[in-house]
Amino acid sequence: MKQKVMNQTRRKLIIGGAAAASTPLWLNVANAQAETIKIGFPTPLTGPFSAEAQDQVKAAELAIKEFNDAGGFNGRKAELLVRDDKLNPGEAATRTLELIEKDKVNFVVGSLSAATQLSINAVCKERKVLFNSISQSDAINEAKDWSVYTFHESLNPTMTAGAVARYSIPRYGKKIVFLTADYAYGHEMVRAFERAGKELGATTLADIRHPLGASDYSAFLPRIKALNPDILVLCNFGRDLVNAAKQCTDFGLKSSMKIVTPVLLYTSRLAGGPEAFEGILGGTGYYWGLEDRIPTAKTFNDAFRKMYNGSVPSDYGALGYAGIKSVLASIKIAKSTDTMKVVAAMENLKYDWYKGPEYYRKCDHQAVQTVIIVESKSKNMKDKYDVFNILTIEPTTEKNMRTCAELGHKA
Amino acid sequence: MTGLTFELLCMQLLTGIALGSIYALLALGLCLIFGMLNVVNFAHGAFFMVGAFLGVYFLGITGNFWFSLILTPLLTGCLGLVTEKFLVRPLYGRGLDYPLLLTFGLSYVLIEVMRITFGIEGLPSITPDGLSGTVNVGIGYFPKYRLFLIGATAVIIIGVWLFIQKTRYGLIIKAGAADQEIVKVLGVDIAKVWLLVFGLGCAIAGLSGILASPTRSVNPEMGIPILAESFVVTVVGGMGSTVGAVVAGLLVGVVYSMTSLFFPDLSELSIFVLMAVVLLMRPQGLFGKAGAMG
Amino acid sequence: MNSFFQLIARHRVLASTLFLSVFPFIMPYEALAINILIFGLFAMGFNLLFGYMGLLSFGHAAFLGIGSYLTGISIVHYGLPWGTSILIGVIGAAIGGLLMGFLAIRTRGIYFSMVTLALGQIVFYIFYKAESLTGGENGLRGVRVDTFNIFGIPVDFLNPLVKYYIILTFVVLAIWLISRILNSPLGAVMEAIRENEKRAAACGFDVAKTKLLVFVLSAAICGLAGSLRALHLSIVPIDSLHYLQSGQAVMMSILGGMGTFFGPFIGAAVMLYLEDVVTTFTKHWMAVLGLVFMFFVLFFPKGIWGTILSKLQINQDSK
Repeated sequence: MKQKVMNQTRRKLIIGGAAAASTPLWLNVANAQAETIKIGFPTPLTGPFSAEAQDQVKAAELAIKEFNDAGGFNGRKAELLVRDDKLNPGEAATRTLELIEKDKVNFVVGSLSAATQLSINAVCKERKVLFNSISQSDAINEAKDWSVYTFHESLNPTMTAGAVARYSIPRYGKKIVFLTADYAYGHEMVRAFERAGKELGATTLADIRHPLGASDYSAFLPRIKALNPDILVLCNFGRDLVNAAKQCTDFGLKSSMKIVTPVLLYTSRLAGGPEAFEGILGGTGYYWGLEDRIPTAKTFNDAFRKMYNGSVPSDYGALGYAGIKSVLASIKIAKSTDTMKVVAAMENLKYDWYKGPEYYRKCDHQAVQTVIIVESKSKNMKDKYDVFNILTIEPTTEKNMRTCAELGHKA
Repeated sequence: MTGLTFELLCMQLLTGIALGSIYALLALGLCLIFGMLNVVNFAHGAFFMVGAFLGVYFLGITGNFWFSLILTPLLTGCLGLVTEKFLVRPLYGRGLDYPLLLTFGLSYVLIEVMRITFGIEGLPSITPDGLSGTVNVGIGYFPKYRLFLIGATAVIIIGVWLFIQKTRYGLIIKAGAADQEIVKVLGVDIAKVWLLVFGLGCAIAGLSGILASPTRSVNPEMGIPILAESFVVTVVGGMGSTVGAVVAGLLVGVVYSMTSLFFPDLSELSIFVLMAVVLLMRPQGLFGKAGAMG
Repeated sequence: MNSFFQLIARHRVLASTLFLSVFPFIMPYEALAINILIFGLFAMGFNLLFGYMGLLSFGHAAFLGIGSYLTGISIVHYGLPWGTSILIGVIGAAIGGLLMGFLAIRTRGIYFSMVTLALGQIVFYIFYKAESLTGGENGLRGVRVDTFNIFGIPVDFLNPLVKYYIILTFVVLAIWLISRILNSPLGAVMEAIRENEKRAAACGFDVAKTKLLVFVLSAAICGLAGSLRALHLSIVPIDSLHYLQSGQAVMMSILGGMGTFFGPFIGAAVMLYLEDVVTTFTKHWMAVLGLVFMFFVLFFPKGIWGTILSKLQINQDSK
């Protein structure tokens, strides 16, 4: 018995060892000059943000179509390879591996949640593939996660929370309470709001953390009421925001304090309804209502309406559009699909796709852009899309962003 | 801690009781099914979610909260009947794990069906008109709906208790839970009893869903954390004990609420710690029978 | 045909290894094949406890997660070489198994499932809160394996096929270990406890100690799967630790056939492959998965592999 076992063991080791040590077929991982330009697009098509994700896809397809209709690049057309990352970082990594290794994409654009973009970024940077993230996060700009292949199209919490702070504190008061989703993104929002608030003399009475995805906020509300702040900042996102807004309304908090939120999604407002969001203001990267004052917004909206039956793009949709357009434009400028050449072209790109002039900051490839402050409205709504009043547009400036040094970038 | 007053503590306690009422009701449903059928319904959270959706939907189209409140549990109850008859019953006798696993798979399907029917976003929940707003309870302003919640669940729990203790059907259910063989010998169609109890359990889950819907957002994933929380309550109270389910439900709600006051980021963890502690010190739960299940 | 299967049964580790060596060529892409390796190992480790001992744990994701995180943290924060990091991950998971097992085996039946679920969730929260080490919700990023040398030959870990065979080496070792355990007297005691715990105790076996030992072994194997996962994906997602991940292990075991040697692996392969394929056709993969799972629970409780085996009337005891 022992001898037999040892024979089996030996056999195992030999075969296993041979398999591992032998140099297998060497796959050509280099991006072949295939006919179409392939752009991978991982996004959470299933899960709580599928509405936003589908908007991203729609707008991205619009960008691809515009590029192809204009003749493409040297006759080569672009193709969007959409994959469902299920809002799950592990799945996002697998999908990105699939896109790079199997589909041999030239570039990757996409992601929606803070966590998935970081995992997609991790996979892309190791394999030297350009990734333009359309998800909000402060972390991706930091030197730890960043790479020369990383671009960040979307706003980050420093910009949005800061803008909301700068708007609301002078108008509503200096005593602040935070109701924060207890995860990295929530903390980033608090940090950014406090940073801007400090310059305006604001004080934080409390930072109340709730578990991510909590459905019942009632446990936190009596304390908030007792603290009696001037401003309540809801540092959460998506469904959490909808829940929180609803319950704050239920508990009658609006009568004694102003409720603001760093990121007010169009889709969240639609899901929550006019009553829950009445009086709540927040920041966003895009609202279709901009078309009255910004010409490219109107062009974008009209193209979107034409392609999609009169519906308007949401904030995340606009990011999907811009993310793709920047990459495609850079290909044309670089006259090549070679990654480093496109990176160089994108670094120097000056563009205006949908909201006014933008460019990428050199040290961290962050798209420098405006922040729009909107307030939810419940009366005088022209149609079902008319849900926000635009209060102000904070202009494009690097002053409101964290400095390169702060983020850990040298030089 | 700044601003810690007696009033605040009382408000927090009241909030905890409102939260706990939902837990108690959910646990009651789970407990009935387990006590009678020895089945752990892993789809309980999903039935809760279905109840919330149906409730909001009917409230939206009829505008009548009471009508939805009666119709919803009937529908989830029927769904429960169908589940028992065709999915769970074939698995009796195969061991404790199989119905559990089946209901686990069922929850996946129910979530997806709701996504397909009502969309991935979920529905905006509506607080019925007469019950919205806050009311002065002496120590502060408390939402009217949550007071209603406490009252309504109390009424329902007492109703179920009366049903089990004072009616013939209740007697049969209790007897069946104690000893199935004898009940069969006495000529009762035990299969019908199983059917009805499972249906009742699911009806209660659906009822919890519609009652809870104005307090939270109604979306297909809302049942997933609820399931874990229901298990915590059931284990703390004791697997087969209805009294345990109610007491533990309120206890868990209060623990969550009070932890939120002092250590808000640990609130979700606190109930699992409570469960672990109870299991280590008194494995059968607060009101469970010793040695019943471990 | 029968004798062919008997041959496989007797040399199951060898057969598994051969099959897995050609596996990446029949899968649409290597990353999927690697995922199947990892989750196959996860399911097999889980199955030690579930199929062979009859203990349904809903907290096994904790070990997958501990393995992943400890390996990841060793590489990212402490710059340790990947081999050492894997070892740390496995040992960490084993310790976790010791702690969790010690607390859980005091309970039986459904309570066991619930305790493990609760304890698993506690582990989840601990790792979630330790944001500076684990990245919290964002997960741990930057788990990289640089090109290294075996006997002077450079091995590029980024090459998908190379990565597959390296991971396969570990998986094969683990499979061999599992096979040895099951063939040993310990394996017989395990099955005895599953069939009739009281009788096993009456025969003089220390049931509690056996349960704990198997719990720890099971945890260590799941920990290894987790370590390999961290290296594969370059990240560690926080939901590795959630009870839904534990539920996946259960599903894979049932699908493949609990209580069979290779069944969980088949279950993992089928489930992951289906998920991959179904996702391209429909958004409603969750419903498909749930329906398939229910179908198996109702009609093929032995799972795919278990049903195949019993149909061929191979003696189940030799598995």
